[in-house]
Amino acid sequence: MISRRRLLSLAGASALLAACGSNTGRGGNGQGLKQWYHAYGEPGVQQAVERYAKAYPKIPIDVQWNPGDYDSKLATSLLSDGGPDVFESTLQISSVRANQVVPLDDVFGDAKSDFAESILATHTVDGKVYGVPQAVDMQMLFYRKSLLAQAGVQPPSTVDELIDAARRLTRDGVKGLFAGNDGGGGVLGGPALWSAGLDYVRDHQVGFDDPLAAQAISKLRELYGSGGLLLGAVKDWAEPDAFTQGLVAMQWTGLWAVPAVQKALGDDFGVLPFPKLGSSGSPSVPVGAFGAMVNAKSKRVDEAKEFVRWLWVERTDYQEDFNLSYGFHIPPRKSISAKASKLTTGAAADAVKFVRDNAKASNPPDWTSVMRTAFNDAVSRVVRDGAPADQELRGAAGKVRDELKRLYG
Amino acid sequence: MKHGRAFWLFVGPFAIGLLVFVYVPIGWSLLLSFFEARNTVTPTEFVGLRNYADMLTDQPFLSSLGTFSVFAAFIVPLTFVLALALALLVNQISFLQGFFRSVFFLPTACSYVVASLVWKLSIFNGVRFGLANTVLGWFGAEPVAWTVSTSPPWYWLVLVTLRLWLQLGFYLILFIAGLQRIPQHLYEAAWIDGAKPGWQTLRYITLPQLRTTSVAVVLLLLIAAYQAFDEFYNVLGTDRGYPPFARPPLIYLYYTALGSGGQDFGHGSAGAVILTLLIAGVTLLQGRVITR
Repeated sequence: MISRRRLLSLAGASALLAACGSNTGRGGNGQGLKQWYHAYGEPGVQQAVERYAKAYPKIPIDVQWNPGDYDSKLATSLLSDGGPDVFESTLQISSVRANQVVPLDDVFGDAKSDFAESILATHTVDGKVYGVPQAVDMQMLFYRKSLLAQAGVQPPSTVDELIDAARRLTRDGVKGLFAGNDGGGGVLGGPALWSAGLDYVRDHQVGFDDPLAAQAISKLRELYGSGGLLLGAVKDWAEPDAFTQGLVAMQWTGLWAVPAVQKALGDDFGVLPFPKLGSSGSPSVPVGAFGAMVNAKSKRVDEAKEFVRWLWVERTDYQEDFNLSYGFHIPPRKSISAKASKLTTGAAADAVKFVRDNAKASNPPDWTSVMRTAFNDAVSRVVRDGAPADQELRGAAGKVRDELKRLYG
Repeated sequence: MKHGRAFWLFVGPFAIGLLVFVYVPIGWSLLLSFFEARNTVTPTEFVGLRNYADMLTDQPFLSSLGTFSVFAAFIVPLTFVLALALALLVNQISFLQGFFRSVFFLPTACSYVVASLVWKLSIFNGVRFGLANTVLGWFGAEPVAWTVSTSPPWYWLVLVTLRLWLQLGFYLILFIAGLQRIPQHLYEAAWIDGAKPGWQTLRYITLPQLRTTSVAVVLLLLIAAYQAFDEFYNVLGTDRGYPPFARPPLIYLYYTALGSGGQDFGHGSAGAVILTLLIAGVTLLQGRVITR
């Protein structure tokens, strides 16, 4: 009896929720194109994108702001006929294969060469571009200059130096490095591969089926075991709180944290890419960019493409405003980022240089969730449980190979 | 039985809700499990039992089923014994009984997500000013990274205490209701026959009389253990995904079916059906064993 009552009340509750949910669609006369954004944290972005949309002269645009789990919501809506016409997202090969997005190569025109290649690559599958990059985000290593000086530690330029620095900077209740509450396996797995000159996937082949990869991932285990990592912080790596509160001397976080760090620490900080492993590898920073995309199920694909062209290719003034007036992003177009005065000094200038010289796609389109789970599981077992790296990575490589075979034949 | 208009007026909306939001999705999921259904819920490529074969040979999925069978074998008796003990205690006291009942029941009203965040961020966070680490600090111990360290696996302490705190009250109430239904004259007759209050009456009167309640409690506990999601997801999950240990089957399926980087409803649904069959099987088995 109880269970039936609970079932019924649950059903009632979901009916109520559904009723609420259906009310969030577009308003107005139903003539407009639907454009979706995820909820940016910085104040002013929502007003800005609504302002851009209003300025579009040809047709009305209904901007929908989506707080909460944007990825799931978008993915679900793209399955139905009620999805947006234009939306922002990162590109995944599964959406291309399921014909959910349309190629936008003709939207770029002459401007294509003005977009940074490493960024454009994250929106390209099988030679076609499916998203117009809106704003570049990247991750890097922040370090506290004064704490390094006190401990007599140089900013690390190899992975071994990083481990050594984390160990030596751990004193007086301050830990050396914070790289996420999972012990670094989540955010540093990619950078560790790149530090050895490897990658997730390369030319449709597994990119880390190599003894060097085992060596690189074992370094993360060494880092975890060094005692120099902060673990279980209140806010995770994406927030600079552990760094600004003086709990750590170094933290792996993103470009977006620069304003908060600057406010808290003034000039007492510097930034670095993830260092190289040895002579064969190179330093790296993970980059990614939301791109504007067009829903293939839209009844007005051409109008939607024209709007994307107008907003993200033609109106360079809006791109500059969107990237630089609110949070802290790098404009994906070289001509804009080159003349942005905010990006010519300090940590921001370093970040621009890292993106130019050391950019790696944090989330390449053909790195699917199956591959990611297999790789992250392997790295987590190596880092946290001390499992043998070569064996774990071989297992993950097998899964990735199967998945690549499914994708590319 | 013939039903009037009032019956349908009251039952209709809920029955429709149940049909649309529960039975149709279940049926649809069953259908999807036989198709290649990536990034679509209207698949066209029938693959027969391939998704099932894949899931039954999928190492992470099998290991999550294994982990949660162990978890169930551990958490079900523990919650059962603690809830029963608390119910016996609360039922015996003659003053403030309502107060204690409410106090123990109160955590049930707390959201799993909120409780998970309190456990993760304030009680068991890994920095030196976390509550548990502050207490350890009084004894000169080093801070422990509760939810990170895997050797020893402290995360189980976090997850089990959290689950007990959230669940105990509900089962406590079920047991109290069961206890209050046992007729007083049974005890009186037993005393006259020479049974001693305490263990003897508990063993021969109380526990047998609680059998139906016990069956229900074990059943609900088992289902809850296999359906673990909320507190695990909120305590151990990060924006980079979920670690390979203590990964409930539902979380694994959630990432399979809805993870960013591609949705795979075929395999996700097949896994869900397998899990459902497993829960049904275990439940039937325990029902047989207890009511035998």
